[in-house]
Amino acid sequence: MTDSILLTTLDEALRWGKGKSLWPFTFGLACCAIEMMSAMGPDYDWARFGADVFRDSPRHADLMIVSGTVTKKMAPRIRRLYDQMAFPKYVISMGACASAGGPYVRGYSVVDGVDKVVPVDIYVYGCPPRPEALIQALKQLQDSIASGKVRH
Amino acid sequence: MEKVVEVNFGPQHPSTHGVLRIKVKLDGEIIVDAQPVIGYLHRNAEKLSEMGLYPKALIYMDRLDYVAALNMELGYILSVEKLMDVETPERAQWIRMMMVELNRIASHLVWLGTHGLDMGMLTPFFYCWRERERVLRIFDEITGSRLLYNYFSIGGVYSDLTPKGIDMIKEFVNTFPDRLEEIQSIFQKSYIYAKRTKGVGKLTLDDAIAYGVTGPLLRASGLKWDLRKNQPYLFYEKVNFDVPVYTNGDVYSRFLVRVEEMRQSTKIVKQVLEKLPDGDFYNKKYAKPMLVRMKGSGESYVPTESPKGEFGVYVIGDGSTIPYRVRIRSPSFANLQAVSIMLKGYKIADLTATVSSVDPVFGEVDR
Repeated sequence: MTDSILLTTLDEALRWGKGKSLWPFTFGLACCAIEMMSAMGPDYDWARFGADVFRDSPRHADLMIVSGTVTKKMAPRIRRLYDQMAFPKYVISMGACASAGGPYVRGYSVVDGVDKVVPVDIYVYGCPPRPEALIQALKQLQDSIASGKVRH
Repeated sequence: MEKVVEVNFGPQHPSTHGVLRIKVKLDGEIIVDAQPVIGYLHRNAEKLSEMGLYPKALIYMDRLDYVAALNMELGYILSVEKLMDVETPERAQWIRMMMVELNRIASHLVWLGTHGLDMGMLTPFFYCWRERERVLRIFDEITGSRLLYNYFSIGGVYSDLTPKGIDMIKEFVNTFPDRLEEIQSIFQKSYIYAKRTKGVGKLTLDDAIAYGVTGPLLRASGLKWDLRKNQPYLFYEKVNFDVPVYTNGDVYSRFLVRVEEMRQSTKIVKQVLEKLPDGDFYNKKYAKPMLVRMKGSGESYVPTESPKGEFGVYVIGDGSTIPYRVRIRSPSFANLQAVSIMLKGYKIADLTATVSSVDPVFGEVDR
């Protein structure tokens, strides 16, 4: 039954739909959050790519953008917010701090990478990344959802 | 029977401007007590600055108040230059002054846009961001970066102004005042905005001074105190500008102070463009290879007026190439303490208006 044409086509349509209707979560940690706001602002306008509905509650959102340094005090809260999100859910780690600790990696209170706390789908480099880089990450995530590389 | 309920505001909330948590005690919908809890973004800026060479600490200064990174750099650079008796060429000082004022405009625009969001207005956000992107494009042209610049160096700045950059600045200062008028009118014509902000979050002058509040909050409470006028640094005594003062001490006067400050900053940038002298943009004695060998001894503190208030870095040198102590006096940290008295007695619906009027940036609160 799973090999039938109808089912695989439906699955593909579903994946395409999931990728094109990501609802990001309004969740800023540090400097990168300002660039995230620029990406949703009038100049970069990432509503063009179907990810414009910023939700204030984790229960409405599909996509968490971890934008900034993750500290040991904040890490349990991030995990809790991630757990509150409904499936399907995806995580973009934005910037050097969220990906690997960045310039603060030697600090005693900093977690070196948000992937210690929640599973990450896409990493974005830069300190902070330009809005173009974030939009590229979004496109990449959409493509990998559509092609079935990423499932959650 | 009176029953007090404790409610948590944050650390994740769309209008906390970062990762602030406030423990609010409520009697019905009246706030009895509000206690800010900070430390969710504590990332050791002071300690890490003491682990590297003097110029290397600059990247941590950028990331303190990431909305106005150049203002933060200025506080540190002026302090280090005083410690090492470094002479800066005149052109570099003028460039610094202009860039800092442009960054003040960018910072206040971020505040105005997000303040609109907190008050339930989506439109001003897009207007403010459109203007801010123009400032960021100027910075991108001159410094090579959009948000965190690492542009000031000991003894000057890292790169000279480009002709294209100067044209962009001219175009910006000529058109910005009209656009600002437009943005201001969106707020002032809104009946709801006035209702929600007039007489809300009042801070008396005595309380403001007692809590060490500085910047637009202090000026909205009625004291004419601006370090650019009262203890001038760079060339602020050579330019004309006014310091806006309002006496109500509520959210609405803070809005008026910040909008007027943007107008004055534009005026300063215009005057700098006229007075900009030719010459070096950095001190040739302290060219890049020399920077790593620079030693400092003694102590110094230069207070500067950042968009949020008094910012200064207290640097102690022990004669080596690494600073012995870097103590950061950050304005938002002091301003945020006053939130608990600003909120007492008001309704829970006034909380977002009051918190956003303080303009806290958590990079510098938690450091």
